[in-house]
Amino acid sequence: MNKLADLRRFVNRDNNIIQLLIITAVIFLVMSALEPNKFLRYYNFESISFIFPELGIVAIAMTLAMLTGGIDLSVIGIANLAGILAGVFFTRLYPAAPDAGMAAELMRVAAGVVLALGVGLIAGALNGLLIAKVKITPILATLGTGQIFTGFCMVLTGGPAIVGFPAWWGFIGNGKILGIAVPLILFLVVAVLIAVMLTKTPFGLNLFLIGTNPRAAVFAGLRTDRMVLYSYMLSGTLAALAGVVLSGRTNAAKSDYGTSYLLQAVLISVLGGTNPAGGKGTVLGVSIAVIALMLLASGFQMMRFSNHLIDFIWGGFLLLVMVINVLRNRGR
Amino acid sequence: MTAVSKLLRRSETAVLAILLVVMIVIGVINPAFWQADNLFNLLRANVVIGIMALSVLTVMISGGIDLSFPAFAVAAMYLTVIAMNAAGYQGVVLPFIGATLIGLLCGLANAFFIHTFRMIPMIVTLGSASVVRGLLLGLVGTSIINIDRMPPSLIAFGSSTVDIGSSKLSLMIFIYLGIALLMWVFLTRTMAGRAVFAYGDDAESAKRVGFNTRRTVYLVYGLAGALAGFAGLLHASMIWLANPRDFVGYELDVIAAVVLGGASIFGGRGSVFGTILGVFMLTLIKNSLIIMHIDNTWQGVVVGCVIVIATALTAWRDRKALV
Repeated sequence: MNKLADLRRFVNRDNNIIQLLIITAVIFLVMSALEPNKFLRYYNFESISFIFPELGIVAIAMTLAMLTGGIDLSVIGIANLAGILAGVFFTRLYPAAPDAGMAAELMRVAAGVVLALGVGLIAGALNGLLIAKVKITPILATLGTGQIFTGFCMVLTGGPAIVGFPAWWGFIGNGKILGIAVPLILFLVVAVLIAVMLTKTPFGLNLFLIGTNPRAAVFAGLRTDRMVLYSYMLSGTLAALAGVVLSGRTNAAKSDYGTSYLLQAVLISVLGGTNPAGGKGTVLGVSIAVIALMLLASGFQMMRFSNHLIDFIWGGFLLLVMVINVLRNRGR
Repeated sequence: MTAVSKLLRRSETAVLAILLVVMIVIGVINPAFWQADNLFNLLRANVVIGIMALSVLTVMISGGIDLSFPAFAVAAMYLTVIAMNAAGYQGVVLPFIGATLIGLLCGLANAFFIHTFRMIPMIVTLGSASVVRGLLLGLVGTSIINIDRMPPSLIAFGSSTVDIGSSKLSLMIFIYLGIALLMWVFLTRTMAGRAVFAYGDDAESAKRVGFNTRRTVYLVYGLAGALAGFAGLLHASMIWLANPRDFVGYELDVIAAVVLGGASIFGGRGSVFGTILGVFMLTLIKNSLIIMHIDNTWQGVVVGCVIVIATALTAWRDRKALV
């Protein structure tokens, strides 16, 4: 009896995951049928494994903000700011010594990574303070700070891209370890860490409770302010990590890189079963959603769809998935 | 006495006071600010953003948020100009009616999703913006229609001015003010306008009192789309070209202007006069950086700081509304 209830609960909870897996499988089969020669090549999947992690990490950052009923519209600003500050650090503050050994170069890159992630942490803390302490609505607060971060990117670069990252920095975005793309490894590490944090730690549970009912969370004695602050700091750090991967992959950093990622991150988050009103969402769902959309995008690119029509498909997909979710919930 | 203290407590009064201080400061840094040419240019820069802000104001009073109006504006503008060129039509009234209708249709589509499926306005408008922009650029075209191919009637209309002293004031300002007046009448003097406020304050209560919430949602988003479409074509006729990638990032500026003007993102609160002041404040700051000898790359930082400070102030004002 108990086992049956457990099973039913599992199916209920993971209904969304099953739906996502079906969507992914359908996309995979359709694309394979339409473009069997190009889509099913190893090279295609390898290039996806380099490109999707940065978007996946941004989507997880977005999910963290959405869990408490908020949103983080500044993730792209933070990502670019982190990449650009690292670029400034490498090219102007601490250029490579001509006779530097490998150890020194590694140290330099490590310092750059720490700097970039530190920037993300501080930027996230600013968001968190504005939202938790000053009580600005998340959408307005992050709209404003996103503008500020992007503005600083403009001030630092003056417009053009910053180039001249060290070779080891490029390794973060382009390298392989044991034949597996480094960005993919980073994404898997982040996904597992965040998933464990959300499901197995008190902090994760707190975030879900705050998202489900902020008022009840306050009366239950949760330190909601502090938890919200931490969640935005974490989301800022993840955004900065995405910025590191992005600037590593392209070997450049610019104030308007990845602007289309913002909509896509929201879309993936919602598609992955995150409730924009808070209290619901899984890292597994988001991970499947990002893979599904990457397969979709790469398939359409092979069929020579223009990038603009892919934008149209992303937007249409977002509306469609929301409608399906609403209709499904109504049926219960 | 109570009338005075009531006036002082209104957020418009605060915005107006800050506005005057900012203008005096800019004038002290560079007296060229007070030249009529500069002021008239500043007013001209208010027109398009101002009409869009009035559209966002309505949505915000109803408790929603609209991120799709720049996409609707650009679609209405580009499609209308292309249609005029294809038909060789030279006129003003019909094209503006066409652009407004295109915007209206897009806005009604928003309303359909928001009302029928009870979806969050932000997500709906994010999606519809992506859909409209994608379709426009993917199917219609990506090339800019330059001044040599712009319909002359539109250019003539957009550049019509009136002489005041030795300077020329764009007549478009009176269109903006006329629309603002109509919006003020609609929002404060009609039952449908009151319904928007009631719906934004508490949708459930508005329904129980007897307001037709379905009609209100369609009215709000339809009106917002129509205003955006109108503003889009007006923009093209004022800058003499139609760029299908135009208005990127406008959602930020316009929402910032509306919030600056004292509207609450939680709905039920906001005024036309405040919005006009907010728009003026934003364009003043954006356009006066150069006059204040500040490098233009700082624009994003300054505007972002203004948004954060303004929202912090409104959050402080509304602090009792939160837990």
